[in-house]
Amino acid sequence: MPDAPGLELIRGEIEERHPGAVLDTGFAQERAALVVDPERILDVLRWLRETPGQGYTFLSSVHAADYLPAEPRFGVHYELLNMDRAERLRVKALLADPGEDALPEIDSCVEMYPTAEFQEREAYDFFGIVFRGHPDLRRILLPDDYVGWPQRRDFPIGGEPVTFTYNERDLG
Amino acid sequence: MTVNIGPHHPATHGVLRLIVDLEGEVVRDLKPVMGYVHTGIEKSCEDKSYWKVIPFVERMDYVSYFFQAEAFCGAVERLVELEIPERAKYLRTIFLELNRIHSHLVWLGTTALDLGAISMLWYCFRDRDRVLDLFEMAGGQRMHTRYFQVGGVIEDIPLGFEAKLREFIAEMPTRIEQYQALLDRNEIFLRRTKGVGTVSRERLLELGVTGPLLRAAGEPWDLRKTFDHLAYPELDFKVPVGTVGDCYDRYRVRMAEMVESVRIAEQALDALPEGPHIADDRKYVLPPRSELSTSMESLIHHFKLVTEGYRVGPGEIYYAIESPRGELGCFLLADGSAKPARVHFRDPSFVNLQAFRDMSVGGYVADMIASLGLLDPILGGVDR
Amino acid sequence: MEVERRKLEQPRDAEELRIRQLRARDMLRGELEGEDLERYVEERVVTTTFEKVQNWARANSMFPLTFGLACCAIEAPISLVTARYDLARFGAEALRASPRQADFIILSGRVSIKMAPVVRRLYDQMLEPKWAISMGACSSSGGMFSNYAVVQGADKFMPIDLHIPGCPPRPESVLYGFTKLQRKITGNPDPGWRRRYNAEGTEEWARGGPASAPAPDEVAAYEAARELAGA
Repeated sequence: MPDAPGLELIRGEIEERHPGAVLDTGFAQERAALVVDPERILDVLRWLRETPGQGYTFLSSVHAADYLPAEPRFGVHYELLNMDRAERLRVKALLADPGEDALPEIDSCVEMYPTAEFQEREAYDFFGIVFRGHPDLRRILLPDDYVGWPQRRDFPIGGEPVTFTYNERDLG
Repeated sequence: MTVNIGPHHPATHGVLRLIVDLEGEVVRDLKPVMGYVHTGIEKSCEDKSYWKVIPFVERMDYVSYFFQAEAFCGAVERLVELEIPERAKYLRTIFLELNRIHSHLVWLGTTALDLGAISMLWYCFRDRDRVLDLFEMAGGQRMHTRYFQVGGVIEDIPLGFEAKLREFIAEMPTRIEQYQALLDRNEIFLRRTKGVGTVSRERLLELGVTGPLLRAAGEPWDLRKTFDHLAYPELDFKVPVGTVGDCYDRYRVRMAEMVESVRIAEQALDALPEGPHIADDRKYVLPPRSELSTSMESLIHHFKLVTEGYRVGPGEIYYAIESPRGELGCFLLADGSAKPARVHFRDPSFVNLQAFRDMSVGGYVADMIASLGLLDPILGGVDR
Repeated sequence: MEVERRKLEQPRDAEELRIRQLRARDMLRGELEGEDLERYVEERVVTTTFEKVQNWARANSMFPLTFGLACCAIEAPISLVTARYDLARFGAEALRASPRQADFIILSGRVSIKMAPVVRRLYDQMLEPKWAISMGACSSSGGMFSNYAVVQGADKFMPIDLHIPGCPPRPESVLYGFTKLQRKITGNPDPGWRRRYNAEGTEEWARGGPASAPAPDEVAAYEAARELAGA
């Protein structure tokens, strides 16, 4: 894991190449995180992957989280791994909820990291985050005609009461 | 011709549906459709206190349940910066390696069954039952034991466990050799697995594949060796690595891993230190029952932990371990309350399944079945 | 016709045993004839009704459908047919992959909303007579997963004959449940706790589907069992 000063160095170097891309850094429990502007996410990921000193070539995981009630609401996390130095770096992009029926959008990184294909579909399936440029963005784990984004915090947990003989007449 | 295989199919290792475009017997395109055992575990976890999440999370990848429990407990422990005692680390290591052996035995039995070597199922499950006897002795249940808790393990191992484990360790290498004698040079097995389902190492890295699949292709990447956790830094074991990356290499890598796991378990058992089996911090760990009748603070702690549960301060963490299928990562987002705000598992089978297309396109349907077996997906983990 | 149960009594002394052995040897050689033959056969034949024989045959040679959903699938069907908890001793080791050839389905594992129509289709494809065992807590009642993605009990969309509790149930539990199903098939259902607590006559039948109206011979079997119990 790059330590705190290393993290600030990375931020500084990205600032030189792509000014304004990194919004914040976070370092907690020996884990480093970069908070990045969602519009520039591809630039940052490409820089982290291709710059000779960095070399974060392995994307462990792409997943989303809902920070409700904090704004911006959705966070897309990219867990990057440098296999030569065995270092992990987390890149976060925070997306606001556009409101009503519109869905938050972010660029897809499938061309850079083909591993993100299924994982971005999963984030779309559960949170409704649209990944622009994804070759095949559709639901993956829920039935195709499911309505709603279950893993959002304001989606009810669901479930219905179990039918026993004592309550089956009431439940219909 | 488009053929639909599954979700109910004897050879799909769970409820996986494959939509296969065939030209004669040759596979031209393949689309896996998942979600048939999607249980909404991650959503359910947001509703439960932290220790209640452990049984939910164990049921994701239902063959390697201790690994999920370890990923979650490890993530919580790192988030609250709780140190677990040495004995707990070694005990956890022993159980994790036993679970790895269990998972590989289930894999071997079912895959050999798919390929036609039907009697392997009986032999592998005979040994699997012995591993489950050990789990039952310590944890009370054969599967999904809830043995790992935040802070250590819930109970110390009982008397007689060590003797039984030593018996198992003494016999297991011979058994593994017997399995290898059955399959290693079997002409039919060789023809069905050699040269089948080869994907290059670079492509596997692009696809995010980890675990025995990546190691069979020649990349010596094992999270047990790279990141220090539990008792692995103090134990001496090898990581088997293949050369070509075809199905036969994957088979050999897993068999060698079983042998190494037996060695790890033996070393950990020999080096098992004395001491408490769970951490002392009463904010996160239940006090022993004997104290409840004498100490008021213990009673209060117990009450608080059982009713509301402990609170984990705001923060997020990603903690990954090496499960039998690859990198199992747990992302935990805590918001300061007694219930987690987001529990997400980066499941290895989910990501490894992306490589399935590359493995099967251009080969025969029978080779596709062999590749699927040696890919070792567990649909509970894929679907969560 | 009534069932005649005439047990061949134990031989009273060594001489009778010797006579029996000689008679059996003669029978094997085909040398027993006339009255001896008639008496030999009479002592060993059981007369019964056709339904009873049919049910007995059905119960003891069931073909399960290889159907596993989740964790319970590792315990059964896979672990049940292996050597330690042998399902073959109950006659059910011939797992058929095709529902058309199977007698009963063990729903082992959680039924998600995506899988429920598939399960129902499989059940519909099975030929009569067919039975369904719901194994484990998840398929009986949704288990610990009371959320949007799991059907709260397979009873919601198909008739189930037997529920087995556990998470996952031990293979011995599943075998015990299987023997209860066999008793149900042979028309001798196990009254269970109702007999122990003198609660016979309190059975309820669930509404909806074939499970709602009990077949007349099932009701008759319950009455007969009650009589046999001497209630």
